[in-house]
Amino acid sequence: MAKRIGLESSLACSEAVRLADADVIAAYPITPQTHIVEHLSELVADGKLDAEFVPVESEHSAMSACVGSSAAGARTFTATSSQGLILMSEIMWIASGMRLAMVMAIANRSLSAPISIWNDHSDIMSIRDCGWIQYFCENGQEVMDLTITGFKISEDPRVMLPVGVNLDGFNLSHVIEPILIPEADEVKAYLPPFKPPYRLDPNDPKTFGSVGVPEVYAELRKQLEEALQDSLPVIEEHWQGFADRFGRAYKPIETDFMDGAEVALVTMGSISETAYTAVKEMREAGKKVGLIRIRLWRPFPVEAFIEAVSAVKQLVVMDRSLSYGGAGGPVATELRALMSARKNMPQTASYIIGLGGRDVTRGDFKEMVEAAPSQIDAGRVYDFFGVKED
Amino acid sequence: MGRKIEAVCRWQDLEPGILILQPGCAAEFKTGDWRTGQKPVIDYDKCVKCGRCYIYCPDLSYELREDGKYDWLADYCKGCGICAVECPAGAITMEDE
Amino acid sequence: MMDKMSATEALKDFQKYTPKDFPAYEALVPGHRGCQGCGEILALRQVLKGMGGPMIVTSATGCMEIITSPYPHTAWNVPWIHVAFENAAAVASGIEAGRKAMIRKGILPAEEADCKIVAYGGDGGTADIGLQALSGAMERGHNMVYVCLDNEAYMNTGIQRSSSTPFGANTTTTPPGELSFGQATDKKDIPGIIAAHGVPYVATASPFYYTDLMNKAKKAATVKGPAYLHVFAPCPTGWRAAPSSAMTLAKLAVESKYWPLYEVIDGKYVINKKIKKAKPIGEYLKPQRRFSHLNPAQIEYIQAQVDAKYDRLMYLAGEAEDE
Repeated sequence: MAKRIGLESSLACSEAVRLADADVIAAYPITPQTHIVEHLSELVADGKLDAEFVPVESEHSAMSACVGSSAAGARTFTATSSQGLILMSEIMWIASGMRLAMVMAIANRSLSAPISIWNDHSDIMSIRDCGWIQYFCENGQEVMDLTITGFKISEDPRVMLPVGVNLDGFNLSHVIEPILIPEADEVKAYLPPFKPPYRLDPNDPKTFGSVGVPEVYAELRKQLEEALQDSLPVIEEHWQGFADRFGRAYKPIETDFMDGAEVALVTMGSISETAYTAVKEMREAGKKVGLIRIRLWRPFPVEAFIEAVSAVKQLVVMDRSLSYGGAGGPVATELRALMSARKNMPQTASYIIGLGGRDVTRGDFKEMVEAAPSQIDAGRVYDFFGVKED
Repeated sequence: MGRKIEAVCRWQDLEPGILILQPGCAAEFKTGDWRTGQKPVIDYDKCVKCGRCYIYCPDLSYELREDGKYDWLADYCKGCGICAVECPAGAITMEDE
Repeated sequence: MMDKMSATEALKDFQKYTPKDFPAYEALVPGHRGCQGCGEILALRQVLKGMGGPMIVTSATGCMEIITSPYPHTAWNVPWIHVAFENAAAVASGIEAGRKAMIRKGILPAEEADCKIVAYGGDGGTADIGLQALSGAMERGHNMVYVCLDNEAYMNTGIQRSSSTPFGANTTTTPPGELSFGQATDKKDIPGIIAAHGVPYVATASPFYYTDLMNKAKKAATVKGPAYLHVFAPCPTGWRAAPSSAMTLAKLAVESKYWPLYEVIDGKYVINKKIKKAKPIGEYLKPQRRFSHLNPAQIEYIQAQVDAKYDRLMYLAGEAEDE
């Protein structure tokens, strides 16, 4: 009988790794990821998880050790944030380019400079191109569930791509929520042992990481893109399989209050829960607002998104990071690009919010929905919201 | 696309992550073509079977034979001349090919 | 219960190779794209031959990686993985941890524990960009061997200096010119740094002395825990020497005391080949045009440094002569 207990979301992540029976954890501490790896160390020390915990000397070596471990055929996990994510970015590209399976939890934290331990999405957004599967959790239950599904998706022979599970640092990672912990044997049935289609095996020697001469590099990059796009139906299949077994369904795009909505907020991560309440209140006040919550970021679920937005006239897109000097926030930029090839798409307003842990309230969402039309009329590409100006 | 693409194969035919499945397939590539005019010539009467030609060859171009002496392999030898320098019996000389 | 790894224990019944009975094992095949007379691929070949299979090898970016893995070809007969320049030791750590867990959990059969994990890199990938990952792996005590193939510069990218480049050497980033005479600093003592990590086994080797080298490779593989080999890898291309000179240089390096052959076993220094009448350093430098610009005073300085380092080594080995 699955039991619901009050658990910090970080620890829910560690418990998920325990239930998944990971073989290797190679990780370096960084605020606000620390509780994830500390709890994993405890589980290993107490024999509750039979794994090698490798206390590497940096995040770059964490990801390097994960590449080695995964290539050897072991179920592999790590976690990081912010500066650590950027430090390991060199090897993240290699993990996906070499088509290796692993799961990494990212407790999203803002990037230096200035140094900040507080939450935004600048860390993951600055590495979003790297070929990893990436999705965002909204609450502690999702952290538990989506970490488990991460292994299932990553290790599927049709996929063999690394998975990044994003959870907002502090705002989600350090929050205690009532979480239903699945039974170990149920997880075991859902997630059988890792059987990679290729590994470092002295009985069957293979060469990993050869020189990608010009006569092959472009084909490999095409292969990677196709693999990432083709992983979408597999992700949906395994999320459906999870729903069938555990009763909690996850979709790449979730929508709320969309019936007859003229304008929709677009959010990602834990801020979606605040947005939900704001939209609910706006509806109660008679405003025809809806909410589109992006869960799966890479591969981006284009058709599901287009379907969600088709009926609305206006989108108010939230970004928690910015591409400095460019076209604005990554989410708005990409959504606009994807919609540009279609007809009858809504207009978009774009807001940069919640940088470096700055709070975003229900009132803020209501203000942005009100202000959005004037941004669009004035032809501005995006606005910062919540930054002191006068 | 009009012109011929300089690629090893179609992307669909590539192993994931350009994994190379066949160990030692570099042996298909005959580096013996790199020799620039000289090759080692062995006087087997002088050979003392020390094995230095074999152990000092960067290109694994010597092969142990039944009588304990070593055959030179023309396919891979790049003509560096280490064997000729190091043979303690003076049994190897570099000569024009 | 502390399980301190003792090299002395592990090597108690060590069966040495002799000059006449070297193993037939080859981890590599010909057809690799090494330069004519490459001393590094030769050193690597000998080390792996001495260790014997089964093994899994991780490689840093560098000459060895480039010449042995030009897609679609591989010169490797053993499982091999190249990831990046600075992390061969970290990748090996992950493989070692992965296999350890898999064997313990019954995913792999127990016999597979005899598979050696070997990481290698050049002096750049070991002492400069790779030093952090190497230090971490050594300190954590992984059961693995790390091999540094030292050709004293970043050769693959075109002969730029490293912290292992010797004093006075001409490299493309320490060129002699109006205001400079070449590398202005002394070669970093990497075996000493690794010995300071308290690993069970450290050794230096030269491919001219192949029996000594192969025995050390075998010892490194036999010892439980981290082992480190620092191997002289002559590069005729980068050192501007004749293609046939790699072994001559590998011999002169030892005979001139420039490259002493020693081991550090459970922290104890042992000199394997004591040089009584050393050849003058000039004889070693002469065939290498990377030193041809040096003046007599600079060569004297180099000789003094070589002698001082050798004397220090003798002292560490408890063999210092009384004044």
